[in-house]
Amino acid sequence: MADLSINCAGIKSPNPFWVASGPPANTGYQAERAFDAGWGGVVWKTIGDPIVNVSSRYSALNLGQSRMVGFNNIELISDRSPETNFREIAEVKKRWPNHAVIASLMVDTRERWHEFVKRSEDAGADGIELNFGCPHGMCERGMGSAVGQRPEVAETIVGWVMEVAKIPVLTKLTPNITDVTYAARAAKRAKSNGISLINTINSITQVNLDNFCPEPFVAGKSSHGGYCGPAVKPIALNMVQSCAADPEVQLPISGIGGITTWRDAAEFIALGSTSVQVCTAIMHYGFRIVEDMCEGLSDYLDSKGMKSVNELIGKAVPTLQKWETLDLHYKRIASINYDKCIGCNLCYIACEDGAHQAIALINPNGHGLGPGRVPGKPIPEIKEHECVGCNLCSLVCPVDDCITMVSVDTKRAKMSWSDYQAKVSRGEMKPIPPHP
Amino acid sequence: MPISPRLDAATAAANLADYKPAYNAQEALIEANRCIFCFDAPCIQACPTGIDIPSFIKKIATGNPTGAARAILSANILGASCARVCPTQVLCEGACVVLDREGDPVKIGRLQRYATDYVTEKKISVLKAPAKKSGKRIAIIGGGPAGLGCAAELAQLGHSPVVFEKKSQAGGLNTYGIAYYKMAPQVSLDEVEMIKSLGVEFRCGAEVGKDIIVAQLEKDFDVIFVAVGLSGSPKLGIPGEDLPEVVDALKFIEEIHSNPLHQVAVGERVAVIGGGNTAIDAVTQAKRLGARDAAIVYRRAQSDMSAYEFEQELAGTDGARFMFNVVPVEVLSSGGHVTGLKLARTASTNGKLQILPGTEFVEPFDMVIKAIGEEKQAGLLKKLFPGLELDSRGVVVRNADTGQTNLPKVFTGGDCANGGREVVNAVAEGKKAARGIHAMFANEKISGPVQASRLGVKGAPPIGSGFDKPIRVPELEEEYFKNGGK
Repeated sequence: MADLSINCAGIKSPNPFWVASGPPANTGYQAERAFDAGWGGVVWKTIGDPIVNVSSRYSALNLGQSRMVGFNNIELISDRSPETNFREIAEVKKRWPNHAVIASLMVDTRERWHEFVKRSEDAGADGIELNFGCPHGMCERGMGSAVGQRPEVAETIVGWVMEVAKIPVLTKLTPNITDVTYAARAAKRAKSNGISLINTINSITQVNLDNFCPEPFVAGKSSHGGYCGPAVKPIALNMVQSCAADPEVQLPISGIGGITTWRDAAEFIALGSTSVQVCTAIMHYGFRIVEDMCEGLSDYLDSKGMKSVNELIGKAVPTLQKWETLDLHYKRIASINYDKCIGCNLCYIACEDGAHQAIALINPNGHGLGPGRVPGKPIPEIKEHECVGCNLCSLVCPVDDCITMVSVDTKRAKMSWSDYQAKVSRGEMKPIPPHP
Repeated sequence: MPISPRLDAATAAANLADYKPAYNAQEALIEANRCIFCFDAPCIQACPTGIDIPSFIKKIATGNPTGAARAILSANILGASCARVCPTQVLCEGACVVLDREGDPVKIGRLQRYATDYVTEKKISVLKAPAKKSGKRIAIIGGGPAGLGCAAELAQLGHSPVVFEKKSQAGGLNTYGIAYYKMAPQVSLDEVEMIKSLGVEFRCGAEVGKDIIVAQLEKDFDVIFVAVGLSGSPKLGIPGEDLPEVVDALKFIEEIHSNPLHQVAVGERVAVIGGGNTAIDAVTQAKRLGARDAAIVYRRAQSDMSAYEFEQELAGTDGARFMFNVVPVEVLSSGGHVTGLKLARTASTNGKLQILPGTEFVEPFDMVIKAIGEEKQAGLLKKLFPGLELDSRGVVVRNADTGQTNLPKVFTGGDCANGGREVVNAVAEGKKAARGIHAMFANEKISGPVQASRLGVKGAPPIGSGFDKPIRVPELEEEYFKNGGK
């Protein structure tokens, strides 16, 4: 059993799985249920001056029969009083001294920030997360993403917090920017102990085509909601890796964005996260999902011979490089396993209409075809000389391991775009002719 | 004792209710999302009418059931009944690639029913005939699936077909001869209404040769389409065959379709003679109407039965008995009513059936249903069209692509031309003949229909690509699907 315990910017927890700041982390009752289920930490739903919410608040993107592939909300920060929240944090901490409770905060003035940091510490919180990310509602009042989108403002406020903070501080970043590293660097300059990302993305999930009002519906109107759930994972991974790889940032990261399984978590960790935070998956399935997350991650680490989750942190960060460093002489082509092919020909039409016209449909005679095939029905064949190795056919193929991408030896030494440009400029080679 | 109805109305209705109930909207969505939207899909090729199945299923999945019904009905006007009665296991679903992937095909038949029911229930008309008519009139003899397929296609091509049907209602076996738990007659009657709305005229209760002579049709119409199907069961040729409780399977099924279910008489112990799908329909319905004992009596072995395996299984779950390698030699009676069957055992050597002497025994039955196939219509056809060429089996010889017979203005399709196949084959042949007739009117050469999902292939299909083959390859298909697509 690999050691799952972590220390993220000074916040220790028995495993890297934290409940993210959101509806599942709204009360002491929920925090205790989460710890009971096996979560390592809880980032409390953002505490600030009490707000008033609307009804309804959530909406989703479904895909076929898959529900909540994407999810959004227009709910604001905690609608409970700071007194209640801090009292419950203290109660939870008393019962769960070894689990992490992080107070997420959002206020406006320097004095209020000082006050809330102190109250968090008095309640016994293990750390503080600064909510600079909420893209709906609070930003209209100059808070949330309105802060995160302006690195100089973020830097000032992190500075206010760090003037008084005695416990670790994570600055939570908004993805609603062009380059997340600017805000991350601002947090670093202001001496934040770590960063957490991503917060939710500005979104409209769906438009009701009868009343022409997007969801969530509030008396005939809606508002831009914060998008999250499995659909945002690729965006989150990209931003996490960007921060992890940035030489000016170099801060511990708590990764957030669509994490649903141990596998998602492992990918966030491999791209530089120390802890990971989960919200939408809990809203979908409940706290119980953490059991498989812990077991799956532990088994995975064992299978890789890693004794601690710390060995996984950042392992995939260096493999992501600028495009200009990629080897232009590397080649892979598609290969069809006819024993597995079921004859749907999606690969053919995808390549023909959507890519590079490198798959032919040929007479099936002579190919050992499986059962259920109509005689004479054409089957796909890779035109190897035309195949650019784009992966599309293997992505659309509905059968596991039927179309695989096989590396071919081009017998040419590695040459990146940068190498190529240098060689051409030095007159060592002629420009490669364009594709006909 | 004469036989009588055995069940109350509620029990009879419950026993004969849909054995594959309709999908609700969510069930249909879940199933539709299982389809992987193949290109050049095998299911299309396995459908005799060439319905663009992946397209219609995709439309269900996108929340467009009306479009789905349009895709279905434009290829197969009897899409609603075929959804229920097609042996999908050996046609579209037998070719479904999802079957290859996970052992369970997309339930194409039930999805087709969902889409066609949707427009029927909501009274949405998805097809229309052109306002401009060609002025060509076609007499269609027989209002069964082939006749309806031909009439609907002709109407959509701008011609004016008139269907002559000797029964009081059109639809043929779809209205009168399908196991009730597969399809209630109303489905077929709704289809007839839809075809009427395309401008097809129906003359029901008009028997050609009796109520109207062929010479008159030849005078009044440009073309005649012959779709007279098959005739009744042949004689068993054994004593007692004329007793009142000895009935044709199709007559028995027609009774079920023409009367309230709880008023259909059925024996307490029913023998069904035959080994085909109709025998199964008869034995299951006898059982469901309250027969205590119902047995298939078949002269050969189980492996020789022409009934589909899944049909045999259904009879088994309905509690029917199977008696193999026995042949009836006499229907026994007392007081003018059936009391049993005298049976003899048979043996088959080199495919030749022999009755084994001295093996006779008696089984008590009070009803005997004959399901020993239908006779060809050679007699009727010769009477109506003395010059019409028939083959040795007594079926009409015709051009496979156009349905044209040796008489240039007489076309044919369906059971009288194929010897007896599925409803879907009859519709397909009716449609094909309509295109043949249309081509003749236009003085064009007939070309095969283009499969929708193949559109978009550039230029002429390359030789050897597979696209140079016709969509349907009947001879391969027969070989292929003979064993359930294995």
